[in-house]
Amino acid sequence: MSDIADTSTSVLRTRGLCKRYGQGESLVRAVDDVDLDVAAGETVAVMGPSGCGKSTLLHLLGGLDRPSDGEVWLGERRIDQSGEKALARMRRTAVGFVFQAFHLMDELTAVENVELPALLARRSPRAARHRATELLEQVGLADRAGFLPAALSGGQRQRVAVARALSNDPLVVFADEPTGNLDSAATLEVLRLFESLHEAGQTLVVVTHDSRIAATADRLISMRDGAFVDETRLTGGTLRQLGSLAGFEG
Amino acid sequence: MGRVLLVARLAVRDLRRRPGEAALLLLAIVGTTATLTLGLVLRGLTSDPYQSTREATAGPDVVAVGWPPSADPHAPGGRDPGTLARLEALTDAAGVVGHSGPFPVTAAVIEVRGRRVDAQAMGRDTVPAAVDQPELTRGGWVENGGVVFEAAFAEALGVDVGDAITVNGGSFRVVGVAVTAALAPYPQQTCLTSFCPSDPGGLVWVTRADAQRLATDDEPVMSVLNLKLDDPAAARRFVDTHLDRRFEPGGMSWQDILDHADRRLRHQRRALLIGSWLLAVLAVASVAVLVGGRMADQTRRVGLLKAVGGTPSLAAAVLLVEYAVVALLAAMAGVATGSLTAPLVTDPGAGLVGGMGVPAITASTIGLVTATALGVTVAATLVPAIRASRTSTVLALVDSARPPRRTPWLITLSARLPVPLLLGLRIAARRPRRIVLNTLSIFVTVSGIVAVLGAHINAGQLDLDRPGIERLNQVLLVITITLVALAAVNAIFITWATALDARHSTALARALGATPHEISAGLSTAQVPSALVGAILGIPGGLGLLAAVGAPNPPLWQLLVVVPGTVLTMAALTTIPARQGARRPVAETLQSELI
Repeated sequence: MSDIADTSTSVLRTRGLCKRYGQGESLVRAVDDVDLDVAAGETVAVMGPSGCGKSTLLHLLGGLDRPSDGEVWLGERRIDQSGEKALARMRRTAVGFVFQAFHLMDELTAVENVELPALLARRSPRAARHRATELLEQVGLADRAGFLPAALSGGQRQRVAVARALSNDPLVVFADEPTGNLDSAATLEVLRLFESLHEAGQTLVVVTHDSRIAATADRLISMRDGAFVDETRLTGGTLRQLGSLAGFEG
Repeated sequence: MGRVLLVARLAVRDLRRRPGEAALLLLAIVGTTATLTLGLVLRGLTSDPYQSTREATAGPDVVAVGWPPSADPHAPGGRDPGTLARLEALTDAAGVVGHSGPFPVTAAVIEVRGRRVDAQAMGRDTVPAAVDQPELTRGGWVENGGVVFEAAFAEALGVDVGDAITVNGGSFRVVGVAVTAALAPYPQQTCLTSFCPSDPGGLVWVTRADAQRLATDDEPVMSVLNLKLDDPAAARRFVDTHLDRRFEPGGMSWQDILDHADRRLRHQRRALLIGSWLLAVLAVASVAVLVGGRMADQTRRVGLLKAVGGTPSLAAAVLLVEYAVVALLAAMAGVATGSLTAPLVTDPGAGLVGGMGVPAITASTIGLVTATALGVTVAATLVPAIRASRTSTVLALVDSARPPRRTPWLITLSARLPVPLLLGLRIAARRPRRIVLNTLSIFVTVSGIVAVLGAHINAGQLDLDRPGIERLNQVLLVITITLVALAAVNAIFITWATALDARHSTALARALGATPHEISAGLSTAQVPSALVGAILGIPGGLGLLAAVGAPNPPLWQLLVVVPGTVLTMAALTTIPARQGARRPVAETLQSELI
């Protein structure tokens, strides 16, 4: 099979994607025969109950984990058969991650955290710092650039994490329960940020069980027992409407 | 009682959960306790074979040496032409119950198989003497033209009964090999002749007539008198009273001879004791790193223990008991290993007769070794155990990493470096105490290596195969191998602990695009600065040890090779745990904080 995609409309595409653990009676199908196409600039939300395989799916899509079966295409390249080194290069340049637990380096300041992916991608320290400063301005944290994560609120930490995810201008940003550890006010901060990313044409795949986040997406996929059980195309899912819905704004 | 049982059960279960780590810990402490046991049981061991030799040879309590009469007032002893008469008069001194001699002694040069060595030739009667009759181990006693070699001297030269040799140019035949208690075994022998080079040479016995023939104008014949006292314990006082110590040699008691005979073992004992303390330092580092590393892995277990009602003291007690059990086992194994190994090290050699017997394992030896093992363990375990027990239960349950240190200048500097160096320096900077431990470990090891290099140089400068020096070098070599092995274990522990502790940050770095190779190289690189500093500091440390024992320094090139060699070895050793650490599943590690 060729490693070059036959269609160019999708930024991200899976076919028959499976992830299984164990065997025999203890076999668990964490992801079960998933087909997915994500277009450039699209925001896709994946919802489902805890343990349904959302995070595992995200890890497979982002090359953090390897599938048991199936194909994953990112851009024009098939990544499910790539070696560790190639996957690392892909993560460095083509994807960005936002985690529920933020996963910021505690000993690095906000700007140092944001510039880290650029340094790993061997950009010059000056260019990396410049880009990190720009991104912190973009997420509204220019005045917190020198703060350690411990001195930032939950929402601010997650905004730093989003800025970090954008450091190398990725094709796709994967967000795993990005508001899972946040209170309502912080959730709103992140929602606004995602909305702006959406408007800027950034491709986003968000795993969540928060309907407020899901409502900002172009498409909502429901997942249960590792498989997609429903798919809804949302129109006009904006932060303002969501905010009203959630009672954040008047 | 129930609490004690619970603590013991939890501790044993945890040890069984990680048998590999427990075994490594055990090995690290056994290395220390075995060496310490060896050093302790060597104390006083020489007296047994020396006493056996004294009994077998009717050894003298005092050996007196008289100068020949001389008209030259500047010659040693020449101020008193009656020296010989005074020497003979000693046989009638109070407390003397027996004697042999005076026997003539002169310096000689022996040539055997193309080698020329200094020796002291003593003229003896062909009939047995009442005091100091050397015990033959091979061949027969002196005869005209026939030489009997002191056993250790014969072994060093490789001569045996029947060999043809020349003494001061004259042809002789080796007729026997014997031991004596009147002089310490070669090479620790005292000079009995008028001219004493730094190395007086070994002792041979010839007939009185041959001894007189061997004498030259430059090498006059000295006289040696062996005395037996009614109170052997008073031998030193007898020497002080009746012999002139100002002119060497004047006389010596059997206790002085024992001191000489004991010198070889004293060096070995000193080397072993120094080595055991060096090993103890390394063992502390090993245990500290291992315990620290395990703590990073055990945080959640402590959290669970506390969540189900365990108090912080219970959690700390479990951890302390766990390692104390290992320490006690290691102490027992160390005492057994040390006592079994001691006869190999303390073989009395050819110069003395009688076995060393079973090394005495006293209660104080066992107590000291056990206390050291427990002390090492408690010292290394206490802080992490208390820290773990005081960790917030909630944080412990989510297995959150201990907050790392921030070193701003290093973060700025590392941003300009290649990715492996960037990661390595940042990982190293997160745990400065671990760097100190690694530095200490390398420092101690390199000090030991430098000391052994110097000791080998010392042996190389001597023109004979000296069993004592060789044995000392063997002991030093064994200590160094143990040091290196323990340092290697430490390097692996430290890298493993670093990989474990940095699992979240390295998983995150991989999620952000760092390759496993870069992570692995980074984890290895994290150990390099401390290895470099430790190796550099170890050079003066080793030279200090050499100065303390009076051995020469190794050549500069060897010292220069030690530093890069150590760093490269460290980098190689850290590869395995670093590679394992770099290949932990990223998603699993990052998810663990959410479980």
